[in-house]
Amino acid sequence: MTALEEKYAIQTGFRERMDEDELLNCMRCGFCLPACPTYITSGYDEAQSPRGRIALMKAVRDGMIEWDDDVDRSLGLCLGCRACEPVCPAGVKYGHLLEEARDIIQDYKNLSLPVNTIRKAIFQGLFPHQDRMQTVTGLLGFYQKSGLQTIVRKIGFMKLFPVHLASMEQILPKVPSKKDMMNRPRYLEPAGEKCARVGFFSGCLMETMFMDTNNSTLKLLQLAGCEIIIPKDQSCCGALHGHSGEKQGSIELAKKNIQAFEELNVDYIITNAGGCGAFLIDYHHLLSGDPEWAERARQFTEKIKDFTEILVDLDFHKKAELKLDHQIVTYQDSCHLRNVMKTFSAPRLLLSRINGITFKEMKDAGSCCGSAGIYNIVEPEMSMRILDTKMGHTKASCADTVVTANPGCLLQMKLGIVREGMSDQMEAVHIADLLLEAVQ
Amino acid sequence: MLPIEVKKMIVSVVGHENFDDSKAGCLVYSYDATPQFQAMPHAVVSPRDTAEIASIVKICSKYKIPLVPRGSGTNLCAGTCPTHGGIVMLFKHMNKILEIDEENLTVTVQPGVITQDLILAVEEKNLFYPPDPSSMKISTIGGNINENSGGLRGLKYGVTRDYVMALEIILPNGDIIRTGGKLAKDVAGYDLTRLFVGSEGTLGIISEATLKLIPMPETKQTMLALYQDLEAAAKSVSKIIAHKIIPATLEFLDQPTLEAVEDFAKVGLPTNVKAVLLIEQDGPPDLVEKHISLIAEICRQNEAVSVQIAQNEVEANALMTARRSALSALARLKPTTILEDATVPRSEIANMVRAINEIAEKYNVNICTFGHAGDGNLHPTCPTDSRNQEEIERV
Repeated sequence: MTALEEKYAIQTGFRERMDEDELLNCMRCGFCLPACPTYITSGYDEAQSPRGRIALMKAVRDGMIEWDDDVDRSLGLCLGCRACEPVCPAGVKYGHLLEEARDIIQDYKNLSLPVNTIRKAIFQGLFPHQDRMQTVTGLLGFYQKSGLQTIVRKIGFMKLFPVHLASMEQILPKVPSKKDMMNRPRYLEPAGEKCARVGFFSGCLMETMFMDTNNSTLKLLQLAGCEIIIPKDQSCCGALHGHSGEKQGSIELAKKNIQAFEELNVDYIITNAGGCGAFLIDYHHLLSGDPEWAERARQFTEKIKDFTEILVDLDFHKKAELKLDHQIVTYQDSCHLRNVMKTFSAPRLLLSRINGITFKEMKDAGSCCGSAGIYNIVEPEMSMRILDTKMGHTKASCADTVVTANPGCLLQMKLGIVREGMSDQMEAVHIADLLLEAVQ
Repeated sequence: MLPIEVKKMIVSVVGHENFDDSKAGCLVYSYDATPQFQAMPHAVVSPRDTAEIASIVKICSKYKIPLVPRGSGTNLCAGTCPTHGGIVMLFKHMNKILEIDEENLTVTVQPGVITQDLILAVEEKNLFYPPDPSSMKISTIGGNINENSGGLRGLKYGVTRDYVMALEIILPNGDIIRTGGKLAKDVAGYDLTRLFVGSEGTLGIISEATLKLIPMPETKQTMLALYQDLEAAAKSVSKIIAHKIIPATLEFLDQPTLEAVEDFAKVGLPTNVKAVLLIEQDGPPDLVEKHISLIAEICRQNEAVSVQIAQNEVEANALMTARRSALSALARLKPTTILEDATVPRSEIANMVRAINEIAEKYNVNICTFGHAGDGNLHPTCPTDSRNQEEIERV
């Protein structure tokens, strides 16, 4: 495709596929502006705001302007944190608009061969296949022990993580052995009286690199009285695909996951990663145009719950005795957990019930840390500026421990601590790991 | 496009990084919050100080290029829509609070300061800047002055105009003038400050302002009065005033507005009544207590079916924040919200509510009404769809 054809194809795609009603729902009041991290960080640039981005999408759709690199830049720099949605009085579903726009651009944009190859390797070759994720993670373990970084670099795995390998080496968790990853039990009994039957969504990264955190989560659920099924046929949630304009890939993964869970007869489907949960809970939108799947997707999404919510529902925080050595603890919201799943009080309630610690809310805890899926790799400059602001607030809270609820946020906060040179004073942890430590 | 030499001249003033004539860059400054207005500027310019503004004004003046100063673009009268093209001027670099003068009770700011940032900054010193437009979380002081913005506290405390003491202005010929000052009594000569407040950038560009502050009220209380009859609610408004009580806030919301706002804010607003009055009083504790119970009694006497007092500040703030979202929340009903801004003497507020209903019936349009009932200022708003020409005509 020539550049001109590309422009025309994208314009046509916008005209045919962008939801005009949803675009018009934005009445341009600007109430979203103060909530947008890129608007604030860019020094109040309207092109970096939700209102501006919607105006651009609409203008391209209506033929008022042509799609060009500047429009592409504006949409590309969006974190997709969706902080604009809960503050929008008109209820505009910005996330859906963004995903559709990115999918259209991805469909027609001429990408260079290496970029295409890497995208294909990651989105089609790696994430949908848990066995390959295990293999790659196993290699990472080998890398961690032997220093064979060339192999890891070659397969592009490290490109999935923030900035440079040098910083990353310090913050990546010690990965489990491939044997552990493959021997995951499929059924777990509740610790005491059974209170609920749940399915556990393992996640691709969580089940490999962050397997310890999954183990902690499962133990907590057992202690809270959950009978747990971990279906083998589940897959990656598809969030990385969906946020990167690979909608078809995410639809296939969605179907696979719905199938894996729908016959299990569970009360809830539990996640422990805000990024995954928010994408799972959107499956009914993703499949709304497919008569065969729409209803099945709706039933699936109704069961999605973050593990902190169910711990609170089952009164885990009242029954269990939680205790830790004295430390100041602060909580960094996962954007998608907060803005899409609307889970923000449960984690705070659980933390506040740990004896011995002081919980201190940091300023703007609900604002994005700049991790945002693979954003910190593709947009390192903006990501690091956002992280620096975040670290300022984190430091001001005087926290010894920063608690997060999503793997991307966890890595980003770890990176922030390293960047600030505070590794000996501050630690970032996943809430499941901290809670389990508090039980033991 | 701007003539090449004009572009060159402006770039030499503000630098490349503060000049944007890209299509995308212009598109995002082609609108504000006003429905049915959109026009492309030729360029967007962000000066860094007063001298740069003056240079740009001189260039625009010489080449007859329209110049539209713009804050955050939240106004509802297309005041910042570049309907004749030209240059949109931004104040993102000029957003400093220059001084809080605790002896003269003034604050001096650059135009790009966000209203809420100013309010919070002075409240830290136990001082009070009352004008609180619904968009205050993002609106700028420069925008507030140019639009003479009101707010929920306008009934007792007045509007932006009542707090502007001094201005620095760049006139169309590039001259920089200063009007007013920190004087508590300043009565000699023309009141140029007032002339510029609300002038929407038509007379000059405001580059600095000194605003009046007052001591922070000791306490406040917030209540809701619920009605099954619109006119009864409206009548209560004039009765409260007739009892010589001026509440800080006295807002009216009808049922469709309540439903839309509650759908968004989920703060427990009643949606099974025809109208509510949202009332707030501030001041010394005993006086607030006395006024609130008196107001509650007046409301009950005027057919309020229930009166609810907010139990704490969190609850009170949630109610006020919810009210501020009213117009945008109405966009949940239909995409285009045509808002009117009509004011009558407050003794006539019941008649106005009746007239609005008659108009809605006569033209077969849906009208949702909310607004500053205490000021006699209501916002009858038609949720409609700009694609439906026939209905737009009737609206």
